[in-house]
Amino acid sequence: MKELIVISGKGGTGKTSLMAAFSSLAENKILCDADVDAADLHLIMDPKVVRRTEFQSGNTAAINKDMCTECGLCREMCRWDAISAVYEVNSIGCEGCGVCVHFCPEKAIDFPENTCGEWFVSDTRLGPMVHARLGIAEENSGKLVSLVRQEARKLAESKKLDLILTDGPPGVGCPVIASIGGASAVLIVTEPTVSGKHDMERVAQLAAHFKVPAMICVNKFDLNLEQTREIENYAEKKGIICLGRIPFDPIFTKAMIKVQTVFEYNGQSAVGEALRGTWQRLAEKLELG
Amino acid sequence: MIITIASGKGGTGKTTVATNLALSIGTKVQLLDCDVEQPNAHLFLNPVFERTDTVTTPVPEIDMDKCTFCGKCGELCEFKAIVVVGETVLAFDELCHSCGGCMAVCPEGAITEKGRELGVLQRGHCNGIEFMHGKLRVGEAMSPPLIKEVLSYRDPAKLTIVDAPPGTSCPVIETMKPADFVLLVTEPTPFGLNDLKLAVGATKILDIPCGLVINRCDMGDEKVNAYADDENLPILMEIPFDRRIAEVYSRGDMIVDVMPEWKAKFLELYEKIKAQLN
Repeated sequence: MKELIVISGKGGTGKTSLMAAFSSLAENKILCDADVDAADLHLIMDPKVVRRTEFQSGNTAAINKDMCTECGLCREMCRWDAISAVYEVNSIGCEGCGVCVHFCPEKAIDFPENTCGEWFVSDTRLGPMVHARLGIAEENSGKLVSLVRQEARKLAESKKLDLILTDGPPGVGCPVIASIGGASAVLIVTEPTVSGKHDMERVAQLAAHFKVPAMICVNKFDLNLEQTREIENYAEKKGIICLGRIPFDPIFTKAMIKVQTVFEYNGQSAVGEALRGTWQRLAEKLELG
Repeated sequence: MIITIASGKGGTGKTTVATNLALSIGTKVQLLDCDVEQPNAHLFLNPVFERTDTVTTPVPEIDMDKCTFCGKCGELCEFKAIVVVGETVLAFDELCHSCGGCMAVCPEGAITEKGRELGVLQRGHCNGIEFMHGKLRVGEAMSPPLIKEVLSYRDPAKLTIVDAPPGTSCPVIETMKPADFVLLVTEPTPFGLNDLKLAVGATKILDIPCGLVINRCDMGDEKVNAYADDENLPILMEIPFDRRIAEVYSRGDMIVDVMPEWKAKFLELYEKIKAQLN
């Protein structure tokens, strides 16, 4: 079984739209949305949720006012200034380290587990899908990403599917690291802008750091041909396979508004041709049957 | 005053708005790029960096001569960043949240702290703007302490414009916390709206007033405008899709330099933000 993670470095390069389009082309696959912080794939896939599970992770301190003697030790030891002058814990500031809980001489601090979000197993018209929703302002996104990937893998094994197609998060931090470790390959979707190139280079370094093979495709390539060539030159130098160029086209937005992939919206578009070529090369590189 | 530019969804134009707004104002202004995973503002403003400092976070250093392997540090640590196995102490620095608990609980005083490198903080100037950003080391997972460090350089005597990372989890919250006003840059698409709702939720949790900039306002549908109406969110600026703007951006140029008519529009945006706060 192969696991492909679609990432970008920079946000808004078209990861999710391309990922949705590839879902129309790939066979025997499961879809996985690992962008748990701002998940969007469900807006095209319209999933019917089959199973919903709460995601619990980490703890937050809560001071029991009846037992607190306001000695001040917790406020002194908290490195996040999360305990106010009237001995209330700011749950947004609390890191969940438990130092106040441990050292409180009155044992006046509780430490309940957080419910940070939920994750779903769903059916879609393009196959099964595992996705999640991290609560706003919640932590532990990396753990939720790992969980979603594990569940997608389990489901793919039980259904004997060949491919896990995963929509990854932007950036290079904690959730991206959790998304790519141990994957068969990453597909970096970039755009021909100075920021697109800069962010692609950083996320390509990250993939190399974790020894995950990287491939690249340039979306909206015709907005700046010079930048497109620079990106492809960089990729070539680093041994990253360039899979193709996708032209700029408002069809992606039009399809999104209709809750469709670009192929469902229009089977004959120029963008569709470019995507087919890109997917074919990708399938060859991944040795998909 | 601190204006933080955020979005929920990536690629909506946060950095475009932050940099062009700063350049239009031009004096007594600082720009803090807190998207430390992927800082981009410098690519457009081209500041001359005068200082580069390594930013570290404290992690435990164990004096093995003093350690009795009692295991109290491992019991306390919520993040499994320190473990005693037999007559060995294993410290996993990359899991450590720097709470100092292990050092405080050690009965032998065997634990001190050393710095673990998170990334760099760079400071400089460009066209009268004081510029600062953090750059997370590639492979490093923990961005909030670096963001906090960038924000510590805010100057109350100046207008501070903060470029936030995308999303609504811990790095974004850390970035938004000190803001007087959050400017949310969105696009009128289903993805834009979905992520805008999350970002508005974050400003509500933090109780910070916010307003919208709708970018590529003619490429999508009407649902973002309808949502803004329903939620009583002021739309402070609309930027139509213009291939020239996309090309200016792609080269790393500034809209207000190449299309000077935009300077007045960004100054008007600033006036509208100030009016929101009064």
